[in-house]
Amino acid sequence: MSKLKYIGKPTVRVDGKAKVTGAATFVEDIDFGPNLLYAAVVESPYAYAKINSIDTSAAEQAEDVVKVVVGKEFPYRFGLYMHDRYIFAQDYVRFMGEQVAAVIARTPEAAKRAAKLVKVDYTELTPILKVEDALCDHPNLVHPELKSYEHVPWFFPQDDSNIAHFRKIRHGDLDKGFEEADQVFEDVYYVPRYAHCAIEIHGAVGKFDHSGRLTVWTSSQSPHTQRHLFAEALKPLGITHNDVRVITPYVGGGFGGKAGVTMEIIAAALATKVQGHPVKVLWSREQEFYNTYQRQGVVAKMRIGVKNDGTMTAIEQLLYWDAGAYVEYGANVVNAAGLSATGPYRIPNIKIDSVCVYTNLPPGGPYRGFGYSEFLFGLESFVDDIAEKLGIDPIEMRLKNAIKEGDTLAYGGKMNPSGLEQAINKVKKELKWGEKRESKDPHIKTGKGISLFWKAPAMPPNASSTCFLKFNEDASINLLISAMEIGQGYHTVMAQIAAEVLGVPPEKIRGENPDTDRNPYEWQTVASHITWSCGNAVYNAAVDARDQIFDLVERALEKKRDALYLEDMQVKSKDEPEWSVPLRDFIIDGLMMKDGTWRGGPIVGRGMFMPEFASALSNPETGQGGKPNVHYTVGAAGVDIDVDEETGKVKIKKTVLAVDCGKALNPSLVEGQITGGLVQGFATVLYEDMRFSDKGKLLNPNFTDYKIPTVHDIPEKMVPIIIETAQPDGPYGARGVGEHTMIPCAPMIGNAIKDALNVRIKSMPLTAEKIVMSQKNQKK
Amino acid sequence: MKTQIAFTLNNELRKMDVETNQTLADALRYLMGTKSVKCGCERGDCGSCTILFNGKSVRSCLILALEADGQEITTLEGIKKPEEEMTPLQEKLLANNSFQCGFCASGMIMSLTPLLKKNPSPSEEEIKEAIAGNLCRCTGYEPIISAVKELAKENRQQKEKSK
Repeated sequence: MSKLKYIGKPTVRVDGKAKVTGAATFVEDIDFGPNLLYAAVVESPYAYAKINSIDTSAAEQAEDVVKVVVGKEFPYRFGLYMHDRYIFAQDYVRFMGEQVAAVIARTPEAAKRAAKLVKVDYTELTPILKVEDALCDHPNLVHPELKSYEHVPWFFPQDDSNIAHFRKIRHGDLDKGFEEADQVFEDVYYVPRYAHCAIEIHGAVGKFDHSGRLTVWTSSQSPHTQRHLFAEALKPLGITHNDVRVITPYVGGGFGGKAGVTMEIIAAALATKVQGHPVKVLWSREQEFYNTYQRQGVVAKMRIGVKNDGTMTAIEQLLYWDAGAYVEYGANVVNAAGLSATGPYRIPNIKIDSVCVYTNLPPGGPYRGFGYSEFLFGLESFVDDIAEKLGIDPIEMRLKNAIKEGDTLAYGGKMNPSGLEQAINKVKKELKWGEKRESKDPHIKTGKGISLFWKAPAMPPNASSTCFLKFNEDASINLLISAMEIGQGYHTVMAQIAAEVLGVPPEKIRGENPDTDRNPYEWQTVASHITWSCGNAVYNAAVDARDQIFDLVERALEKKRDALYLEDMQVKSKDEPEWSVPLRDFIIDGLMMKDGTWRGGPIVGRGMFMPEFASALSNPETGQGGKPNVHYTVGAAGVDIDVDEETGKVKIKKTVLAVDCGKALNPSLVEGQITGGLVQGFATVLYEDMRFSDKGKLLNPNFTDYKIPTVHDIPEKMVPIIIETAQPDGPYGARGVGEHTMIPCAPMIGNAIKDALNVRIKSMPLTAEKIVMSQKNQKK
Repeated sequence: MKTQIAFTLNNELRKMDVETNQTLADALRYLMGTKSVKCGCERGDCGSCTILFNGKSVRSCLILALEADGQEITTLEGIKKPEEEMTPLQEKLLANNSFQCGFCASGMIMSLTPLLKKNPSPSEEEIKEAIAGNLCRCTGYEPIISAVKELAKENRQQKEKSK
């Protein structure tokens, strides 16, 4: 490849100026005029109950109320991967805070006041709040009609149970693997639920105009998926895809929480009841916590067989997920984790059960890491303990088993090129592994810990991206693309890709936020697959535009096509160093011939990408036979910490993370993902903690009681390391990196605490309290 | 019941009719259209609604609009000098790719602005203290701190040169 001009540079964000000046528009910043109405929802006070009756008469009489809507007016199920969710609760409520009815009023205050006047008569039922209770003999069923639910072909619900999906992986011969082992170890780890806590709260505005068009403005990672789900869910009202338009301005943080469809469908549905009026649904911070998605909890039971030299011979991973009341998205987290729960290791004999369990807690769903953070806490802690028992250095143990290109994956596929070994060695060196940092304070103990990580995009095999590339008169470019700028900087990276192909600098290239009427299809901005997938679409669109430019110049100016190239917004020729023609001279108007006629016309590039090699079809009993994952991004990370043995307080002196992103298209943005992901991950392991009452009520739905990191909580030093082992089918060799950087945080802290204090804590978060208590228990 | 108040908003005299229980954040967003003021929690936890109240950083969700009567309010829309494209702080944050989603950006900038006015070359601790009440979920804060440190260093060098 020739020298790259724009790729690999720490380009300033193309959306940066809009963000530092406050010009960036988020959904709540859009004005909707004097016709705007506001909705407030009536919520379930029980985690599980039967709805007997709803009396809306008092609410309907209240001042400024326009309409009161009850669940039965929308008896439709919907969902991304499984249709198990309702727009409003029907006969049953399944988690505390679930929407039962809504009041539409002229002011937000009037809507809230009137919502309190809606009288719902319930019969309270015993909720299922723990996975164990959901899986006992003859449990209450959270979804008695489970067997009638539509779902994707790679889900395996178990009839008459609370198991919404059972992902099995069977590879090699497990019994033989354990027989070959010199030693077999077992352990159990627990991970609770977590909240995304994007600073921008969910909001949506729906408008059903008098011509029957439904426009929905949302804060979303998934505009096209939302259009599809709205159209599917509201089909009985005669609404089609052609009638639905989703507009998504800048998003104030996603982390998975704004993927798919959650509260947005309420705005879409309510709009149909007040034709001609936009109706706004804006969640409060509390609702953001309990009625969007939460990261799912998991109980991980592991068994690993090893040779005395550290070689892993067999693994059994039994993962039981608390997926909550609706699993239309969360079940795919369970699926993804099940496919990859070996971690980045070469293990010949494998049994994985990844079980998606309904409970009466809020719906589980996607969260940065998509299940991998959860199972790697147990696995990477366990690997350290096994190494200790074998008397092997934990890094040596990992190097011995680390997966390499061409190794067989749990589902039978082959591992892609990766620099895992390089990542481990770089972390080892940067962390000064093996050297104990001295502490002057006798109560402060020091410890180091590491963890590997890996993750593949979890997506349907045919998830696709599209791009229209539109030139303007001055040869600047608008990219019509439908991924979302959720902070990762994808507009900038897409601009860099188009810039590289077309010789137009990135600052002249604007990425347009999606409007499904204008921007072409994109599946969703999730799975850390946008750089790869949308990047390929943009690359293809740019090549398409370049071909059109060269065709025109060859045809109209009689230049040899093979010698043409683009540079500094001009067409040049290797054959004629003195000759060039600026793009702006013809990119819209074309080129004039001697006789005064014109050739060409506006150049519009079109590009698409879909991975045609992927398949989600496999044997349900073994998980073998398909190619569900397109590739894995891998890496290693480590920490050096101080722990105060008296207070349990952990201070991160230094952390280092090495990730193989194939090619860092913009190293500044990759580093941003590393520091941001690390800080988010450290919070989940050290203090973030969702607390539920024994009735299933979330007790800390705010930032006072659910602490997220402030500037005072960050590590003293963070060292990002970029490794580049090209992804053969990625744009300029790139693969995704967004989610991966928070995945290793929990186990590396756990391992460092073990190193410092010789205690192993097996349930997250590893709070100061737990650290002190475990010290006390150990001394007993 | 609505009450009319008069105040200075971004160097202009403005009037607005506010409800007695209306927060300043709400009034600035919906009555004045200064949408750089963001709301992330409505209880003073997140700092996204930070503005300058007589030059001091405050959370506008914890102040009643009525309290702005006769006072001087500045939002992000009003911080640059007329001859500037952006303030030096904004330039630095832009050049360092300091923000990701950008939702916290206006609050962060409004917390840092009075600090830099008082002390153009603050220490890392002072920078951290200034934004300790501003939550950012994307960046891990590091790119924000390093941008302000860079500006502080340049200001220090500038001052030394002019001595």
